[in-house]
Order: sequence, then structure tokens, then C-alpha cells
Amino acid sequence: MTLADHLPILPVAIPALAAPFALLVMRRRRALGINISLVSCLAMLASAIALMTQVSDGTILAYELGNWPAPFGIVLVADRLAAMMLVLAATLALIALLHAVVTRADRKGWHFHPLFQFQMMGLNGAFLTGDLFNLFVFFEVLLIASYGLMLHGQGPARLKAGLQYVVVNLVGSSLFLIALGLLYALTGTLNMADMGLRVAALAPEDQGLLRIAALLLVSVFALKAAVAPLHLWLVRTYAVSTPAVAALFAIMTKVGVYSLIRVVPQVFGDGAGAAAWVPAPYLLPAAMVSAGIGFAGVFVARSLSEQAAYLVIGSTGTLLIAVAGWQTATLGAALYYLVHSTIAAAALFLVAAVVARRRGGFADNASPGPDFADRSAVGLMFMLAAIAATGLPPLSGFIGKLMILKSVAALPDWGWAWGVILVTTLFGIIGFARVGSTLFWKRALSGEATAPAATRADLVAPAIALALLAALSAGAGWASAYANAAAAQVLDPALSARAVLGEVAQ
Amino acid sequence: MTYEFLVASAIGVLVAGGIFLALRARTFQVVLGLTLLSYAVNLFLFASGRLVLNRPPIWDKAVTEYTDPLPQALVLTAIVITFGMTAFVVILALRSFLESGSDHVDGDTVTGDAQDSLASDDTHGERP
Repeated sequence: MTLADHLPILPVAIPALAAPFALLVMRRRRALGINISLVSCLAMLASAIALMTQVSDGTILAYELGNWPAPFGIVLVADRLAAMMLVLAATLALIALLHAVVTRADRKGWHFHPLFQFQMMGLNGAFLTGDLFNLFVFFEVLLIASYGLMLHGQGPARLKAGLQYVVVNLVGSSLFLIALGLLYALTGTLNMADMGLRVAALAPEDQGLLRIAALLLVSVFALKAAVAPLHLWLVRTYAVSTPAVAALFAIMTKVGVYSLIRVVPQVFGDGAGAAAWVPAPYLLPAAMVSAGIGFAGVFVARSLSEQAAYLVIGSTGTLLIAVAGWQTATLGAALYYLVHSTIAAAALFLVAAVVARRRGGFADNASPGPDFADRSAVGLMFMLAAIAATGLPPLSGFIGKLMILKSVAALPDWGWAWGVILVTTLFGIIGFARVGSTLFWKRALSGEATAPAATRADLVAPAIALALLAALSAGAGWASAYANAAAAQVLDPALSARAVLGEVAQ
Repeated sequence: MTYEFLVASAIGVLVAGGIFLALRARTFQVVLGLTLLSYAVNLFLFASGRLVLNRPPIWDKAVTEYTDPLPQALVLTAIVITFGMTAFVVILALRSFLESGSDHVDGDTVTGDAQDSLASDDTHGERP
């Protein structure tokens, strides 16, 4: 085996090695620890892009850990969708890390960088794994790192929200394990590709159990994705987190969406008997309700970070409206919008941080305050982030929403989907316009003195995020072609089964 | 039959107790509830390899029937993870109690609650 054959393990191995090194050197040589963290993120991005170039022609790389053959050992599977998520995660990590370092948010606690690396390890592992129990393990890795990151900086509000976040996720993990136990008892395998083949051969008396297991698993993914009615944990958690961390968390709900997209066609596809497309009847209404709740929250939110947190719920809802179609066109549109909405939510969290840093005691509350430094530059950035978030031209949100609208028009329930997406967009626009005009146009006559003039370096990270959205818009042709190809690949489970299990098993 | 009934009812009782406690308002009870729930999950995972008595999990010349070794490995992983998570949530609950003077999961202090006022007095005294 050459080094290139080991490419799929690199996105997991790099942060796994960087985290302990960063931990060791952090106390004595902080600068070196920060450099390790940054270099690790750059290396992750490089390996993810290398992986993307390898799989962009449609090959599926199956990497057997420890060289144990497929259904028995654990496999990592890199296809178009996984590579896309890896590139997205690494890009987002670089932006968030840059912001944390520039604003010195990473100095508020001891272990920001090691935790950040472990978080990336969990995320990358969850995107790559082809084994359901391994997916659970990587979920736990990213969760325990996220608990630490979420509490980074401490304070009563964070502790309070953190406790709820941890408890909710512990219950979610228990449900995940129950679903896994049921599926293992029924099929005798944990490999996703193998399980997809075996559910087709289940006896009629086991169909009820299979359906229960499938619904439990889907509910866990829905909890992670914060789909209504399982969204209640999200707003408080995200709104009180350190902004750089919240920006990284923008991809955490997308892990739930990714797992849904990965597992449902692969395991609970056409051949799964009673569990065939089991979330289909519930996903569309739940997605519509989430979109409604999310953008209603954007409409009424009292601060910018709260607004960004509601945006995460709303955009996940919009995304799942398209996913619920389970067709190549709708899924392709959803994947394009997934990339866009993750970066847009991160950009909004970072803009909220920039505003809060400049307004002193007024923070990012939606109330008029005294004049602050760089008001027009920050206002422009907020406008761009809001344009991206609501899906107005020229940024990529418009193209994403247009693709979703166009693709769902072929579905029977398209009227509802169109109505919900268009009305929620209007609510979002009004909400952002209200908060933006209060923050950037109104001035309080009395109030504390403005915060001491900060450096302008903290404008860089949100500017990069916005530039990426512009690039995603400019390169929409290539990006949507890639997303459509990824969707087609995901919806054909035989491809992945052949790559993982080899021709013999077919 | 009786063995199956014993395991199944034990899982059922643990889940019922766990859910009841997890829905209570105080963090200590919630932590206990989550622990019970994780015990139930571990038992359930163990049973997912079918209940086989007195059989070795690895190859042995003398026997023809085996018990499934994989669920045991899964349970081990699950135990390690839930143990770590429980330790974390205990520390978190303790920190939250010491910072806010209340051990309610939503952080609210019930007025006229003797335990709460006692607790907040304690923490004010102890805080460095």
C-alpha cells in the first residue's frame, strides 16, 4: 500500500494526533499549541480536498481499518458526499479557529485547542464511517468535545444551558444504542452496506421490530439535526456559546442531516420491507414546522446570536423539506443548500460576535445603543450575512432556495413546500431588517461610552465566510453538478455495497 | 423462558425508573435517571446477541455452539462511554449548583424552598 491508499484515515488521524500534542505544549508554549491547531486544520483541509479529487469521478474508496475484511471489521467509506462534508467541516473549522485566535476567545480556558481538535476528529469520523456502531462512537467523541467547547469561558448562563444540552444528548445516545441493539439482533451485522442487503431478507415476523428500530434511529438523527419537535435544546445552547464555537456548531446539526441522508437510502431503502423509507411520512411535516419555527424565531429574537441560533433551525427545516423528497434532484438541491446554510449560519454568528465586541454592555441585543467603531463596515457585513441567510440574490442562498423550489415542484405536495419556504423567507427578511435597522441606524441618546476601539482583525473571519458564500454563488454550476452527482451516488446503495463488500458478496 | 423473562422485566423496570427520574426537576435525580437508563441500555445490548448460557465466546475445540462475542464488545464500549459521560454530567451539575445556588435543571429557584435557600447561603460563604 502506498501513502495515497491511506488517505481516507487522514482526516481522522490528523486531529487525533494534533489534540494530545496541543494539550501537552499548551501550558508552557501557548503559541506553539495554537500553531499545531492551525496547521492541523490546514492539513485536514488539504487531505479533504485530496480525497475530493480522488472520489469526484465517482469512485468509492473503502478503507478497512486494521485490514479486517469488510462486514466483520470497521470500514471507512469515502464517496462524493463524505468528501464534500469533510471539505465543508475543515473550511468551517479554519474560519472558526481563526476567529477564536484573533479575538483571543481561546484564552478564556485551558483546553480550547485540544477540544477543538477532538471535535474535528468526531465530525470527520462521523462523515467517513461505514459502520453504525462506529458512527455512534464518533457521535460521542464529537459530543463530549462539544460539551467542553460549549462550556468554554464558563459563566452561569453557559452552565445552565450546558446541563440541558448534555442531558438531552445523553438521552439521545441511549436511544441510539437501543436502535443499534435492535438492528444488530435482527440482522447480525453493523456494517451499513451489509445491513442494507440483509434487511431485505428478514422474516415477516421481524418486520415490526425492524420498523421500530428504524424509527428510533431516525428520531435520534432528528434530535441531532434539531428538527421540530426535537429542536428545543438548540437555541439556548448555541446563543450562549462562545461565538467561534457557535460558528463551528453550525455544522453539528448538519451531522444529523448527513446521517439521515446516509443511513436511510442505504439501510432503509426500497428493499427494507416494513421499514422502507420509514421517515418519509413524518419528515416533510416536521421539516415544514421547523422552518416555520426557525424563521418565526428569527422574526422575534432579542439578540443577534439568538437570531443566528433560530436561523440554524430554520435552515435545517428548509433543507429537510428538499431531503424529504428522496429523489436525485431534490437531494442534490438540498446538499447545495446544506453547504450554503452551514457557512451562512457561521457567518451570522461571527458577525454577532463582532457587533457584541464593539458595543460593550449593549452586546448584540436588538436595542439601539451608542455609536460604535466601524459601524458601517460591520453593518455592511451584517447585511451580506442576512442576505445569505434569507436567500436573496446575489449570494448562494438564493441559488440554493431556487434549486430547492424547482426540484420540489415535481413532488405531489409541492404547494405546501413552496408556501412554507416563501413565507418563512419573508419572515426572515423582515426579522433581519428589523434587527439590522435597530442596531446600525438607530442611536440611543443616552448610554455608556462606546467600547474601547478594538482592532479590525476580528473582521477577517466573517469576511472570509462571506467571500466563500460569494464563491459558492459564482461557482454554482460546478457545485450543483457535484451535489447532484453526490445525491445520485447516495441514492444508489448498490454502488456503495459493491465498493465495501466486493463483487463476491453480490 | 424464566431467564428471558427476568432479563426483559429487569430492562423494563430500569427504563421505567430511568425515565421517571430523568423527568424530575432536580439534577441529582436526573443524573440517577440517566444512569438507570444506561444500565437498561447495556443489558439490552447484551441481550441483542441472544441469551445463551454456559457457552464460550471464542473458538474452542470441545464445543459446537457459541455465544455471540460482539454484543459483549459493544457493551464494553457503551459502558466506558456512559461512565465518562455520567462523570462529566455529575461535575457539570455540581458546578451549576455551586454557581447558581440551585440544583434545578432549568436553573430556577423555587421560592420558599428550604433546600435552595440553604444551598445558596452555603455557596456564598464558601466562594473564594
